[in-house]
Amino acid sequence: MIIKILGSGCKKCVTLGENAKAAAAAAGKQAEIVKVTDFAEIAAYGVMSTPGLVVDEKVVSTGKVLTVEEIGRLI
Amino acid sequence: MSVFGWLNDQLLRMTWLNDLVGAGVAAVGLDPASRIGGSVQFFVYDVIKIFILLSVLIFAISYVQSHFPPERTRAMLGGRSGLGANTLAALLGTLTPFCSCSSIPLFIGFTAAGLPLAVTFSFLISSPLVDLASVILLASIFSWPIALAYVAVGLVVAIVGGTIIGRLGMEGQVADFVRTVPVSGEVATMTRGERLAYARDQVMEIVHRVWPYVLVGVGIGAAIHNWVLADVISAMLGQDKWWSVPVAVLVGIPMYADIFGTLPIAEALVGKGVGLGTVLAFMMAVTALSLPSLIMLKRVVKMPLLVTFTGVVTLGILSIGLIFNAISNWFV
Repeated sequence: MIIKILGSGCKKCVTLGENAKAAAAAAGKQAEIVKVTDFAEIAAYGVMSTPGLVVDEKVVSTGKVLTVEEIGRLI
Repeated sequence: MSVFGWLNDQLLRMTWLNDLVGAGVAAVGLDPASRIGGSVQFFVYDVIKIFILLSVLIFAISYVQSHFPPERTRAMLGGRSGLGANTLAALLGTLTPFCSCSSIPLFIGFTAAGLPLAVTFSFLISSPLVDLASVILLASIFSWPIALAYVAVGLVVAIVGGTIIGRLGMEGQVADFVRTVPVSGEVATMTRGERLAYARDQVMEIVHRVWPYVLVGVGIGAAIHNWVLADVISAMLGQDKWWSVPVAVLVGIPMYADIFGTLPIAEALVGKGVGLGTVLAFMMAVTALSLPSLIMLKRVVKMPLLVTFTGVVTLGILSIGLIFNAISNWFV
């Protein structure tokens, strides 16, 4: 699966990326983590509050730094 | 009224804490009336006070804010225009949770949904400028009339600034991709437990983010408070000097700091006889405009609009500084 982190590179986005990586590893899934920092691309997902989390092209969360467990439930 | 005054002194200004810290400073052998003792007392007292107020305030305010996510604000503003819409946008700007790294997606989201530029800019100006937590801190450091006056003029700058930008007909000055962005109408709902968790996370995150600014700000404040001679400062920035407000604004604009860090500096400067308007203008310039946020904004708006935005906000802050200096004897 492909997990995308939407955000301009602030600290929250970095944390979210790390949590997503850990969650995928915990679930035993092969996941590619992609950081999306370009505003045009972020906006194309219709996201207004960063960081956003996109799993296989579906926006699952915005404006929140989810914990490893929370991401685990989403993927 | 005297009960209110007492509560205000104890809970917001925390005079008990100042006395306690003063006693502590004396206990370790420093005289609170001396320069070093006074600086230490100011520093310790201010840092503790700001962190207590910050944590309590952010928790309460984040709980309220969790009812106003950007998606909901956008829905409330949709289809409106004119002065009423600008006023609503400025008011919602004080309520919508907002981090400077979110301002650009928010700008895109608002514009793509067809909100007029006037409304979007009223929101964008008021959001960092009039923050609920900073208003209560202002009341703690200065007084309620000053805090309320700050809110009022902040909202006026946002409403007038947005209106001017709208009148100039710059709808075409937005980066082209913004107009083609899809708009989703979903508004996330939260349970009470989620709101409490959100409020707790906000406290941790904001305290984590602003503590260096607070320490540096209080440090500078303590230095001004006890080491810089009042006549030096008032000769440079005194109320009778016409250039004090423009200098404060020019110094403040490129600075990127948090309002919680600038408040202790403001407090110390006012104590040294700098005009209230000068200090408020400085705080507004630091929070409303900064180089990093302008550079980000440049990616979604074209140069003429960016220059207009900066110019309108700068002029607004300048006028507020000058007006406040002229009428500051009302507040003393």
